[in-house]
Amino acid sequence: MKHKRSKNIKSPKKQSPRSLSRRGFISKGTVSTVGFVLGAEMVFAKHFPKGLTPIGLLENDIADDLIGKHKDLIILNDRPVNAEAPPHLLDDNITPRDLFFVRNNGVPPTDINVDTWTLTIEGESAEKTKTYTLKDLKTKFKEHSYQITLECGGNGRSEYNPPAKGNQWSLGAVGCATWTGIRLRDVLEDVGVKDSAVYIGYYGKDTHLSGDADKKTISRGVPISKAMEDESLIAWSMNGEDLPMHNGYPLRLIFGGWPASCSGKWLEKIVIRDKIHDGPKMVGQSYRVPCETVAPGAKVADEDMCIIEEMPVKSLITYPRTGASIKLNQTLSIRGHAWCGSSAVSTTEYSIDFGATWEKCTLTKPANRHAWQHFNAKMKFPKVGYYEVWARATDEAGRSQPMIVPGWNPKGYLNNACHRIAVRVTAS
Amino acid sequence: MKKLTISLLLLPLMCALCYNCTDGKVETKIDDSLIENGIHVATGLAYDENFELVRALCTSCHSAKLITQNRATREGWKDMIVWMQKTQKLPDLSTAEPIVLDYLAKHYAPEDIGRRSNLDMESIEWYELSEEE
Repeated sequence: MKHKRSKNIKSPKKQSPRSLSRRGFISKGTVSTVGFVLGAEMVFAKHFPKGLTPIGLLENDIADDLIGKHKDLIILNDRPVNAEAPPHLLDDNITPRDLFFVRNNGVPPTDINVDTWTLTIEGESAEKTKTYTLKDLKTKFKEHSYQITLECGGNGRSEYNPPAKGNQWSLGAVGCATWTGIRLRDVLEDVGVKDSAVYIGYYGKDTHLSGDADKKTISRGVPISKAMEDESLIAWSMNGEDLPMHNGYPLRLIFGGWPASCSGKWLEKIVIRDKIHDGPKMVGQSYRVPCETVAPGAKVADEDMCIIEEMPVKSLITYPRTGASIKLNQTLSIRGHAWCGSSAVSTTEYSIDFGATWEKCTLTKPANRHAWQHFNAKMKFPKVGYYEVWARATDEAGRSQPMIVPGWNPKGYLNNACHRIAVRVTAS
Repeated sequence: MKKLTISLLLLPLMCALCYNCTDGKVETKIDDSLIENGIHVATGLAYDENFELVRALCTSCHSAKLITQNRATREGWKDMIVWMQKTQKLPDLSTAEPIVLDYLAKHYAPEDIGRRSNLDMESIEWYELSEEE
């Protein structure tokens, strides 16, 4: 179904750089013209903010630019940019910069000057307000590098039934890169954290799609205990180079194992809160699941929705690409990655008979906490025919991936159902 | 015929708008009059008599992809409009709202996909895989 849905999603044929700020709006005077031509009364026109007149007729001309990204990323949305990698392009142990998924909520900042970029720490539970330049951060604190997996909380949303609104991510809103920066803890301690601290929240320099400079698109965060972990970083580098523009250049947060929306991009402010942070997309139904499980399609009140913390165990077959045709006497090698929200993945298995039997894969240890692990296996097939190779990971707590889509939730988060690829075996 | 006339009438206007929007840069665009299998190719939206209205109202603020990748009942689409009005500054659509809702509910209704779908056989591109060394 997800594939069927994606048929209507056309990638822009060609993209070229242009100013992001003018996107989507043109000068006044066209709405009534459009209304006239269409024979439709544009009843809403007078309500649009001054100077912002809808164009509406330029759909294929307004895609945000996927600067620095691979041409084969699947573009789910172009305003804001949301793009994921097909699984077979995530085969590298360290996800290349151009293949790392993009989940933007607003418009990335333009005209970035790294010499004047600052990060301010403040809030009710900060001992003081302190502002650092990028140079301060890079010289004052000890540098650390970790391989950390980031996965969008909505990865896999396309499989929920009834469907959840939002970007219909399938499999590839995940990646594991080497992030370099400093420990968030070191900076927070340099400022001073009061005993009353409960949560940290971030603010980035991306702007709201509506063009309203006072409106923030997203401001999420994590509990103070998560902020203080060794692997919780303020990062400026991905795989040894500056962050890609769409992944938060020049500065971002990194929190492994939690929804990637916690890891704020284009970071310019961190607030140390004496309560759970209440910025946009922390509240309501965003990045929350029902506190108690619900039946598919249930309406759940905001107060009965709980914030997602750890992401569930998951795995992805990255080789071969689905649709492999092999001969009966041939050995098939598969490989991929497995990850989870805490601790580590203990086993990865595969099945060629739709889960009737499972065989163990070889699985590496994680390079560090929150790094994805790599599995591989070799298999023969008993006779010719259509097969699917399914993979299933189990974490150290004994929790496995379900073969069916897990418990329904209104916003379609946390689908960690087993990944599978199609294989055809023909006579030798 | 009426649709064709509208498209033709719109062409010069759109050229003017494109020019305005891109500061005069010449860009490669998908032919806006192209309709394939009932789909307006440039936007990916279903093409019917209310297409232009939906396009004008919805894609001034967000990508058409946000429509085409989602599925909902009429009530579900109504909820999304209310959400956009509450949080995204969408104005009252007045008499246009039922037309938009009818369009969305007709073309982008949910299907019962069960608890786990078959892999989409039509989308698989089969290839010969030789054994790795």
